[in-house]
Amino acid sequence: MFSEDSATMDRPEEVATRIPSGLKLNLPFRWLTAAAAMLVVAALLAMLAILAVDSAPAFRRFGFAFLVTSAWNPVTDTYGALAPVTGTLVTSVIAMLVGTPVAVGVAIFLNEICPHRLRDPLAIAIELLAAVPSIIYGMWGLFVLAPLLGRHVYPALIHWIGPVPVVGALFQGPPFGIGTLTAGLILAIMVIPFIASVARQVLGSVPPMLREAAYGVGATTWEVARHVLIPHARRGLIGGVMLGLGRALGETMAVTFVIGNAHRLSASLLHPGTTISAVLANEFTEASGDLYLSSLVALGLILFAVTFAVLLGARALLARADRRSV
Amino acid sequence: MKVDIGIVRRRRGINRVMLALCVLAALGSVAVLASIMWELLSRGVASLTLATFLQPTPPPGGQGGLANAILGSLMMTVTAIVVATPVGVLTGTYLAEYARRSRLAPVVRFLNDSLLSAPSIIIGLFAYAILVMPMGHFSGWAGAFALALIAVPVIVRTTEDMLALVPDQLREAAAALGVPAWRMIVRVTWRAAARGIVTGALLAVARISGETAPLLFTALNNQFLTANMDGPMPSLPVAIFQFAMSPYKDWQQLAWAGALLVSVSVLLLSILARAMAARGDR
Repeated sequence: MFSEDSATMDRPEEVATRIPSGLKLNLPFRWLTAAAAMLVVAALLAMLAILAVDSAPAFRRFGFAFLVTSAWNPVTDTYGALAPVTGTLVTSVIAMLVGTPVAVGVAIFLNEICPHRLRDPLAIAIELLAAVPSIIYGMWGLFVLAPLLGRHVYPALIHWIGPVPVVGALFQGPPFGIGTLTAGLILAIMVIPFIASVARQVLGSVPPMLREAAYGVGATTWEVARHVLIPHARRGLIGGVMLGLGRALGETMAVTFVIGNAHRLSASLLHPGTTISAVLANEFTEASGDLYLSSLVALGLILFAVTFAVLLGARALLARADRRSV
Repeated sequence: MKVDIGIVRRRRGINRVMLALCVLAALGSVAVLASIMWELLSRGVASLTLATFLQPTPPPGGQGGLANAILGSLMMTVTAIVVATPVGVLTGTYLAEYARRSRLAPVVRFLNDSLLSAPSIIIGLFAYAILVMPMGHFSGWAGAFALALIAVPVIVRTTEDMLALVPDQLREAAAALGVPAWRMIVRVTWRAAARGIVTGALLAVARISGETAPLLFTALNNQFLTANMDGPMPSLPVAIFQFAMSPYKDWQQLAWAGALLVSVSVLLLSILARAMAARGDR
């Protein structure tokens, strides 16, 4: 070993050949990775820019009225976003109201109640729900859920809640099965696996000491979940709900199948309605006329802005929840 | 001390009711999955024949299959993933290896997350604006581009997460041997994280092979068997959408056959990805 070293010392040119090859590629490789990253950045910025530019004619023509009127008439070339924007918000709110408690229930079941042997298979089954493509939910909603609701659930809602003042207005009209409420329920099913997965994580990260202390003073399983786990994981849970909300707002296919696609604003949740994404899916390829296209892109921009804001909120909450649990 | 039995009983009662509701929530969710699988199998298998794979989509009332849609889906998905994987892996590498302390990294990460959560129909809108409009016609390329945009952020995310799991001692050992940084990344960290990176790519394939919304106004549809990416291209999800919403019974049956094909491949891919990730954990 020693002799070998001294041998190379005699011939400096051999030392040079021992310098690892490929040093020259260091910088190009670094730039290559940076270029890929810049491509991702550019894609998102370009998306924003193009949506803004292409929607400008509609906003210039209709101004603020675009957001607060519900006329949608390609013949007279007047467009207002109120119906689809309302539809998007209402279906997403229904999805959150129905989906959140169920998802938290699923998480509590998996973390606290479920026998250990069943835990993994059930968790996988629920996560597979997240992998099912949205068009499959759409078909299932149209051919299975909508007839079921229309035949057995909605007539009862109309009969029992319909006559109640104020709330009753939400449950009027013939029980078609397709409509705003069905779309909201499909969305609820679709966001359950997302919220449940976040909920399992944040509920599981509650320090065991707290849980044990609560059981120690004689709390029941439900009391531990309700008064210790959920309050402690509150922020992370809300972050998870916001992530689910982001998905619900942008979901297209499942909604398009079951919402009925009507531009009319209606108080009843059982009437057909529409959402931003459903309007885009149905009308974009057939849109003729620059103002029509521009109005559709403006809808897209509104949707993008709303999901972006929701993502920001979710990230802020989840990041703070993370910091606290560390 | 006197224990009020009434309160204890009430608390136990509430506990029992609420836990029962939790069990119901879990059972309900699993029941939905079971119902979806049951409908797909019972309605899909019946209409799945050899012709489904060999003949192109029929006009209403005619005989046909889904061959053109299957081919179109395969071509666009493969193109998208071939483009998205290098971009995604390199971006993830930049974030995990080079930009650790840079102020650019949080920005890239945030924009990547925004892309990940952007509604897929908006991605389709973007692909329409920058590819379909200038080219003047719908095309398979535009569809593949939209799918690639959906796949990239998934791959970036998993690549960065997986590279972050590689211990720094490995990097230091390689550096101490005098290995150039790029070779250290390619030969040591990529190799150590290979399983995770492949998992990410598989998840991306699973995600895009069921996507419908971004294809509606990029690749559009086509009722003929075509391998021409420069023209309108059919895909399974779009064919399912068109057929399921139609009033014709035989079209609806083909839609179920297509839905079964898409779901089975997506679920198999997800399970495969999960299995790979699990083996990596060990």
